[in-house]
Amino acid sequence: MKVFLGYAPRVGKSLRMFDEGRRRKERGEDVVVAAVQSDATPDIQAVLSQIENIPTLAERYAGHEYQVLDLATLFRRHPEYCLIDGLANSNPPGSRNPERWQDVENLLGRGIGVITAVNVQHIAERQEEVQRITGRRASHSVPEAFLIEADDIEVVDAPPEALLGRDGHTALDERQLAELRELALVLAANVVDRQLQSYLSSHGIAATWGVQERILVCLTPRSNAAPMLQSGRRNARRFHGALLAAYFEQENLSAADRIKLDANLALARELGADVHSLKGVDFVDSILTFASQQHITQVFLGHSQRDTSGLLRRSPVDRLIEEAADFDLRLFPHAEVE
Amino acid sequence: MSQERRKGRLKIYLGYAAGVGKTYRMLEEAQEMRAAGADIVIAYFEPHGRRDTIAKTEGFEVVPRRLLSYNNTQFEEMDTDAVIRRKPAVAVVDEFAHTNVPGSGRLKRWEDVRAILEAGIDVLTTMNVQHLESLNDQVWHVTGVRVRETVPDWVVDEADEVIFVDLTPRALRNRIERGVVYAPEKARRAMENFFTETNLTALREIAMRHAAHEAEDRARPAGGASVTGRHERILICLTGSPSSAILIRRGKRLADYLQADCLAVHVGGAAPGEREAVERHMNFARTLRIDTHVVEGRDVAAAIAGFARSQRITQIFMGRPKPRPFLLRMRESVVQQVVRQAKDKQITIVAQRG
Repeated sequence: MKVFLGYAPRVGKSLRMFDEGRRRKERGEDVVVAAVQSDATPDIQAVLSQIENIPTLAERYAGHEYQVLDLATLFRRHPEYCLIDGLANSNPPGSRNPERWQDVENLLGRGIGVITAVNVQHIAERQEEVQRITGRRASHSVPEAFLIEADDIEVVDAPPEALLGRDGHTALDERQLAELRELALVLAANVVDRQLQSYLSSHGIAATWGVQERILVCLTPRSNAAPMLQSGRRNARRFHGALLAAYFEQENLSAADRIKLDANLALARELGADVHSLKGVDFVDSILTFASQQHITQVFLGHSQRDTSGLLRRSPVDRLIEEAADFDLRLFPHAEVE
Repeated sequence: MSQERRKGRLKIYLGYAAGVGKTYRMLEEAQEMRAAGADIVIAYFEPHGRRDTIAKTEGFEVVPRRLLSYNNTQFEEMDTDAVIRRKPAVAVVDEFAHTNVPGSGRLKRWEDVRAILEAGIDVLTTMNVQHLESLNDQVWHVTGVRVRETVPDWVVDEADEVIFVDLTPRALRNRIERGVVYAPEKARRAMENFFTETNLTALREIAMRHAAHEAEDRARPAGGASVTGRHERILICLTGSPSSAILIRRGKRLADYLQADCLAVHVGGAAPGEREAVERHMNFARTLRIDTHVVEGRDVAAAIAGFARSQRITQIFMGRPKPRPFLLRMRESVVQQVVRQAKDKQITIVAQRG
């Protein structure tokens, strides 16, 4: 299955999808059109005229008209690929499946390939962000897992300015469109990242590099945790990366220190960090091992509170400066200094 | 007043590798503009023998290229002066990151494009994400290829529109196999070397994240206050060490992402052998629009800490000290000294991955 992902109506998803169908047909693949949106432009209609069409069935329910995939005919015809626009559409009550994406799963289950198009505003898990940006949720949606399972995802991009100018004007302003665009690109990047990781692991390649920024905040009872975690969160957000926090398990922790550590960890969770506990003999070694397992690109740590330094009394900070190779080390002041 | 010319608009088609269809998309759009009556010329086009793309140039006026001779070989470059004299509404300029042959006037094509924009002409152009200066180390790390032709990020940030042109790595590799992108022998080598599935997937992810970042910048109101309300100022400490280039890119990238000020400092009195390298790094920093300073002082760490305080720096960037023999570790490295003297600041020690 291949999914064309766009960030708003009229970025050109449908045209790109049908055009891919046309090119596949020219190369001799067996392609049919199984669903078209009602507002097909002349460009799209020109492409559609070159491909066999198995039209959707119109069904009325409670005053609404629904377009439903003709699954029976598609199963019988059994093409190599069918082209399905409007992946997020719903079916009327009483249909084989409530949602069109479930129909697509049935097709895939029968060995029929699907090329489809969806708008990021219709991804179920992204509804909170979509609502924040546009002020409303989509009335029907597709689970994100559906995209992750796709063999291929392709982004259809166009500048927001171009969308504003097009006829059938959108109700969104330039800034909202830019935010939706960001959302779509990050979603696609995350899907691609999973593909990359699974490709690497299936080929037994141990990659120490990461394309994504992954930030590890090291916490102790004495950490000035709030600025470290807030900075970590801001960095992770700006780089669209991941935020982790870790603490080194110590026996003999005083009750007072335990309380401080717990408060720091609670703050880490509150700020969305993925919290890990490190066990081991040596603090520095544990961090180095964990950072390499987790493909960490930046480690945040408090400045050493010792004043002396030297071979015999090297602080963990001194050791990390000398021994860490694959990540940036950022040291934080213990008290906020203005 | 009427003498004042409007600056042209720059539109960049950004891809993650050769063959994803950037030039095709650009020409498609140019066709639409022409059909709508725009006065549009091709100022530079690189056919690469790709038939579908060449077909898209049909009917366009082409400004002839300039012939240049260098080392007894003939080269062709865009004739920037001729494009400006012709003064169309829109000029199509392929391969934004191209480096000109010596003697062409300007060093880089992006500089030619800026001249065309200054003349009030809109420009459509293409580039791949690996040519972005700030991503140079990451691309090297992922692909093992050190890209030489780079474009400073501020040039791309100034573009009015950046459009991400996507294609799946699978589809791209199919196109290469079918000989659409390169001639057969070159195609085979490309598939084995640069165009591996891992490289392409990683580059694609980098490109998507960068495009998302660009979109985010456009979504934010101009001149908005930083998220924290506190203004960050980042200081990069330069030396003659080859790792300084990595340090500069990393520090500048973070500064850009955080919308922070970015300064670089070198503490003078470098060994004579290092002077040239330091000068090169300072020049590089200046091309990225980093504010560079030289301070004097026998105690390097104290000079850095003092400069950071006087400039109200919030974060210091330094390179990781070279591994030293056991006994020498008795003495603190400059990095450790700065760390000890500036515990009131955030200090980032940058890795030299790879």
